[in-house]
Amino acid sequence: MVIGAGIIGAACAEALGRRGVGVLVVDRGPAVGETTARGEGNLLVSDKPPGPGLTLAQASLRRWPALLAALREELGPGRAACEYEPKGGLVVATDEDAAAALGAAASAQRAAGVEAHGLAPGEAAAYEPHLTPDVRAAVHYPQDAQLHPVLAATALLAAVRARGGGVRTGVRALGVETGAGGRVTALCTSDGRVPCGAVVNACGPWAGRFAEAAGAPLPVLPRRGTVLVTGPLPPGTVRHKVYDAGYADAAGSGDVALRTAAVIEATPAGTVLIGSSWQRCGFDETLRLEVMSALARGAVRLFPVLADVPVVRAYGGFRPYTPDHLPVIGEDPRLPGLWHATGHEGAGVGLAAATGELLAQLHTGESPLTDPRPFRVARPGLGFTGPTGFTKENPCP
Amino acid sequence: MSGSTPRVVVVGAGPAGVRAALGAARGGARVVLVDSGERIGGQYHRQPAVGAGSRRAHPLERAVTAQPRIEHLARATVCALEPGPHTGSHLVHLQQGPADAAGRPVRTLPADALVLCTGAYDRALPFPGGDLPGVVTAGAAQALAKGQRLAVGRRVVVSGTGPFLLPVATSLLGAGARVLGVYEAGNPARWLRRPLVALFDGGPARVAELGAYAAELARRRVPYRTRRAVVAAHGDGRVEAVTVARLDAHWRIVPGSERIVAPVDAVCVGHGFTPQLELPLAAGCAVRDGHVVVDARQATSVPGVYAAGELTGIGGAAAAAAEGELAGLAAASDVTGHAGPVRIAAAAARVRSGRRFAAALASAHPLHDGWSTWLSEDTCICRCEEVTYGQLCEAVLGRGADGMRAVKLTCRVGLGPCQGRMCGRNAADLTAGLLGHPPADPLAVDRRPLAHPVRLADLAGPADPEPPSVD
Ligand SMILES: Cc1cc2nc3c(=O)[nH]c(=O)nc-3n(C[C@H](O)[C@H](O)[C@H](O)COP(=O)(O)OP(=O)(O)OC[C@H]3O[C@@H](n4cnc5c(N)ncnc54)[C@H](O)[C@@H]3O)c2cc1C
Ligand SMILES: Cc1cc2nc3c(=O)[nH]c(=O)nc-3n(C[C@H](O)[C@H](O)[C@H](O)COP(=O)(O)OP(=O)(O)OC[C@H]3O[C@@H](n4cnc5c(N)ncnc54)[C@H](O)[C@@H]3O)c2cc1C
Repeated sequence: MVIGAGIIGAACAEALGRRGVGVLVVDRGPAVGETTARGEGNLLVSDKPPGPGLTLAQASLRRWPALLAALREELGPGRAACEYEPKGGLVVATDEDAAAALGAAASAQRAAGVEAHGLAPGEAAAYEPHLTPDVRAAVHYPQDAQLHPVLAATALLAAVRARGGGVRTGVRALGVETGAGGRVTALCTSDGRVPCGAVVNACGPWAGRFAEAAGAPLPVLPRRGTVLVTGPLPPGTVRHKVYDAGYADAAGSGDVALRTAAVIEATPAGTVLIGSSWQRCGFDETLRLEVMSALARGAVRLFPVLADVPVVRAYGGFRPYTPDHLPVIGEDPRLPGLWHATGHEGAGVGLAAATGELLAQLHTGESPLTDPRPFRVARPGLGFTGPTGFTKENPCP
Repeated sequence: MSGSTPRVVVVGAGPAGVRAALGAARGGARVVLVDSGERIGGQYHRQPAVGAGSRRAHPLERAVTAQPRIEHLARATVCALEPGPHTGSHLVHLQQGPADAAGRPVRTLPADALVLCTGAYDRALPFPGGDLPGVVTAGAAQALAKGQRLAVGRRVVVSGTGPFLLPVATSLLGAGARVLGVYEAGNPARWLRRPLVALFDGGPARVAELGAYAAELARRRVPYRTRRAVVAAHGDGRVEAVTVARLDAHWRIVPGSERIVAPVDAVCVGHGFTPQLELPLAAGCAVRDGHVVVDARQATSVPGVYAAGELTGIGGAAAAAAEGELAGLAAASDVTGHAGPVRIAAAAARVRSGRRFAAALASAHPLHDGWSTWLSEDTCICRCEEVTYGQLCEAVLGRGADGMRAVKLTCRVGLGPCQGRMCGRNAADLTAGLLGHPPADPLAVDRRPLAHPVRLADLAGPADPEPPSVD
């Protein structure tokens, strides 16, 4: 049983199903209606410092093209199309301090195997002709890519169904039932009890709530982000995904207060997406002018040519955030049979391919594509000091 | 709240909004009446543009001008709302100046209470050839006829459902067009069979008005046919002919009943109205069956926010005006603390009868889902993004997108410049037909937290936005 028909649940179900595991995905809402439909589709290595997050991103960016090729083979090119574009990223610094920090970050990433080419201010203009002349330094990351998260998630779910797996929407997971020895024996849902061998918690920003309801609390919290969408622009106005060197710092902070950093990318439809903001305000969906203004200022500062371009739409979502900014992937030692695949914060689209693969490998006992230990449930970064036993029988309410 | 008189902001200066402003001013509040149009009147009392043969101002405009407590902000478009510093207060973000002009920074108007009267868009169902130039919405034709005194074509057919088709056909005649036929998909004989409802429930003036339109059409020998519809338009580069067919009770085409009407150079299509829900949704107001839920004083589910007019139900201009007056009085009474119970009770009684009329009107002109059978795979259902019915089917049935948010993002319906204003409800109804039940999030096609496009430089604005000119 996979709970959550977002990109993470879809990727887990696809990877499990491919290995012959019987899967049923449930979602309380419609398919792919939440965070995955409210973010952007950047697949980035450029924003991550060396460490387990970067390693997982590298594995995932390698995995995506192979996964998409397999889906194309299976579903046909139309139904598997996801607007995947290995277009490369350009990170720019507009003052000397940021330029120095960017250079240092890039050389550390290079040591970890990331392709990162430092550009002189003049060279950046060859990559992005409309970029502000105020650029002090820029780094080109050819491995950064982009895909359409909703197309990717619906294609993964289409593959799940094509292989006989199920996707049931409008069904809310309420908790789990445990048997003797504390193992999960069933999922309790708004539609009744569904017996199963294992439950995967892929509830995105609500994963903390479900974990709590299941009796195994997990610190996953929402972190608000807002995106502006422009009307269509002539091709080539913005060529790569371009973002401010302050991005990694803002994304990596644990601040409650509003942080913003310009992230700009064009989509195949010609529109330009403008992010990014980070704010911890619970599940408050109000669109704030303060946030939109800050995003607009950041975009116009990097691309003065955008000043007169209309924003036609604004939307926002809640990144599923953990205190140490790393996802949780694996079985819960407190509650055998309960698995988590969540907490991907602002990188769930990029990390989905490797997450699904890793979870399925751990589930079937294959050797994992990357070291799973940094993502385990019982880690100090999540506040766990040691696995606590959880053996009490726990029937459906 | 500022120390001075509390401020009620009314958005929309149609029949509902103007009455709301007058009511709130009479109730003792300071009022700002905001409308994106240049002149007061909204859709029903649309006045010719200033300069374009403008005559004397409409009486409502004069009433507003004469009321010193009302400031009218013309050409001011509200683009976003957010909660204000105290319960019931809101921040109204707006832009002033000619539509589309650059250099209109977003400014913020604090409101102690908010009355939303943003009216409706007119709705047109899709059909094969419906995207040909020359096929327009009935509302667009009406606006052109009323605002510019121009007809959309020389040989025109009108197709759709609802009483609105009558004034549209009459205006077309007035602007010099030849109307080849008015095709009403429904069976309004049912409506006429319920005259008591019309007479006792607030509609006598309205019924007389519709009667006058019908008489004018008869006098000019315009055929008015019920249970018929334009089900396809044909032409090379623009509309030249249409197929008209008889419909069964579910609005499926009666086989063999199709016939060609030609030559035509314009088709006006109107299937009722879709409330402009973006601001009520942005404020968090509860919505049921596509309309804002209000109580007996026009208060929405959100403290400090009132709604009136087409937003709450489709009942025509008189009903909109009655609701507006009540909303204005109620808002003023709540923010000033002066009760005014007699006026409120009288206004509430007028509203109740208007509501029954609206309900009768809606039940007389339901949309039946058989219209989806007029479409073929390649029928355009979203003009902005050129999305076909086949692409919607693939999103829903092939990809399993069963919510409108995912449907939109999968096949791009409603993602273009109109942001689903024209096609959103149609796409939601088609999706419901394919799923066999309504999508879980039908309002995803109405949710536009940024209610109007804003240029990036205008959004970036001054670091510290100053209040607009009324202060
Ligand atoms: C503004 C913004 C920009 C972003 N940009 C990027 C980017 O460029 N690149 C990138 O990689 N990532 C980006 N992200 C992050 C990315 O969108 C998320 O990490 C990812 O979508 C999370 O997917 P998910 O499947 O975990 O969550 P979701 O998509 O939210 O799916 C979880 C699902 O679980 C369901 N659910 C919850 N509780 C229950 C329950 N009790 N019972 C049944 N169902 C339940 C929900 O209905 C939901 O459908 C961005 C996010 C935001 C908000
Ligand atoms: C195109 C069209 C033509 C119509 N013509 C007729 C007709 O001829 N006869 C008839 O009986 N009925 C007509 N109707 C039906 C009509 O809507 C109602 O009869 C009546 O006008 C409803 O009054 P209202 O005050 O609710 O809304 P409206 O009269 O529609 O007024 C709404 C006002 O709100 C303003 N507004 C909306 N959003 C914003 C915003 N974000 N910021 C600022 N201002 C905003 C609009 O500019 C508009 O002036 C027409 C409807 C449409 C859509």
